[in-house]
Amino acid sequence: MASEAIILINSDIDVVAARQKGRELATMLGFVSTDSTLLATAISELARNIVRYAKHGEISIMPVQSGDRVGITVVARDKGPGIANMSLAMQDGFSTSGGLGLGLPGVKRLMDEFHLVSDVNTGTTVTIKKWKR
Amino acid sequence: MEVPILKQGLYLIASIQAALSDVDLVHLRDALAEKVGKFRARGVIVDVTVLDVMDSFASRTLRDLAHMTRLRGAETVIVGIQPEVAFAMVQLGLTLEGVDTALDLEEGLAFLDKKTKRRTSRG
Amino acid sequence: MGDQKTKKNENRGSGASPAREVPPDDESTVSLLRELVNHLRKNRTQLREEWARRITAAKLLGAMTSEEIFAEATSVYDNYVEVLETGAVEALQAYARDLSERIIPRGVETDEVVGIVLLLRDVLARSLFAKYQTDFQLLNRILDAYEPAANRIANTVAVGFVQERERIIRQQQEAIRELSTPVLQVRERLLILPIIGVIDSQRARQLTEQLLRGIRTNRAKVVVIDITGVAAMDATVANHLVQTVEASRLLGATVIVTGLSPEIAQTLVTIGVDLGKMNTVGDLQGGIEEAERLLGYKVTPFSEVSTQPI
Repeated sequence: MASEAIILINSDIDVVAARQKGRELATMLGFVSTDSTLLATAISELARNIVRYAKHGEISIMPVQSGDRVGITVVARDKGPGIANMSLAMQDGFSTSGGLGLGLPGVKRLMDEFHLVSDVNTGTTVTIKKWKR
Repeated sequence: MEVPILKQGLYLIASIQAALSDVDLVHLRDALAEKVGKFRARGVIVDVTVLDVMDSFASRTLRDLAHMTRLRGAETVIVGIQPEVAFAMVQLGLTLEGVDTALDLEEGLAFLDKKTKRRTSRG
Repeated sequence: MGDQKTKKNENRGSGASPAREVPPDDESTVSLLRELVNHLRKNRTQLREEWARRITAAKLLGAMTSEEIFAEATSVYDNYVEVLETGAVEALQAYARDLSERIIPRGVETDEVVGIVLLLRDVLARSLFAKYQTDFQLLNRILDAYEPAANRIANTVAVGFVQERERIIRQQQEAIRELSTPVLQVRERLLILPIIGVIDSQRARQLTEQLLRGIRTNRAKVVVIDITGVAAMDATVANHLVQTVEASRLLGATVIVTGLSPEIAQTLVTIGVDLGKMNTVGDLQGGIEEAERLLGYKVTPFSEVSTQPI
């Protein structure tokens, strides 16, 4: 099976690189086109958050398997300022891009699994997972 | 990468050819705004058929574009958003509110014709 | 004692049944396996027949003809013996999935698959008993080599079958969902999407995808989504509806929602939808008329037959 890809995020060019890598892996694993797009879009948002708030970070994209189900896990890590108010960040006003402008509720909607860890001292890690239909 | 901007009568048409970086998108926005003023264009069409992802930045930039061109007297319409891109956008809460959209170039032109005609007949 | 070559060929990453660490083979185990495999190969014909006889006696594989059973039995037997020898679990998993894909449509159930594999295990075990009965110690060593291998095979085949079955069921569910949500083109540039019954999140999302594709294919400018037939809608699905309206707009289509019950209207208001901004009409007919009006068709009263574009 394909292995993990790690994309260093330092500028907006890397945002494009990260999402293209995500799409590449999804296509290779046989995801339907719609889900590839959802994944690429989610990666784009996470990468963008890194650039905007932490300046530097990394996105790792890797295939996962559970039984006969195949999926992709994306981990967006940075050592930036962290999110002070997590519940506010995940607040979902459906017609807006979501709490604090981070788009995290939206990203959660796009994915099958979503996990957020953030601390003002250590930074932020967002883990998302999408399973193949 | 420069996006080619064509002039068709009173309209400007920008056809995006490949994935754009943030910087390219901002350049496009500014180039269109400038050209609207220069050519006194009445309408702008941005064809995003090729874009496979439209995230919050793209959404915001296009809204800025529509706003800027409106200030200069032109209506902007975004055409060619792919079904799955639209799907992803609304899940993220990006609705391009305040920006007109149409299915494709043909529809975009028809839309602008109707809209600008209305303005002329009123003026 | 201990397990055989299986360790070398095991591939954990392919999602096999939980594998345990097995101690490395010793030469005697290897040679024992080779000996019993030779025996099973030499007696292939009669052992296979014995097995087929037992399958019929146990009334398994009733859905298959005896020719079919024979054909499958032959390949299963050969694969079984092969894996005993090589321990190539991954190859076995692939074979198990393949076999399952073939027999599931023929109506074979899980208990039947498990049953026939266990019968084969027993038939071969008995044969080994018969051959080595005079030397009790040797028989024990032979069985020590045989049993773990045979049990692993049974396990692998059963799990493979179940996973394949689950995969097929998921596929069928997806297909059913697609079939049951038709997007209808009734007029040029006008699509109707009648939603009936219970919608869950999955179905709602599928509806949206189909509709959006339909808008693009049919170049629709107006869509009428009729929810008269929807009993209830929770906040999540109501959200999907709103998203569908917004996504359709991005494709240049206007959406008219018809058949909104007071309950559903309430749900929409609760999640913060401004009903004033959503284009709603009481019933489907009214919605179609409104759509035609938007498209520039001359609208004549329902009693008259045709409507003509201007």
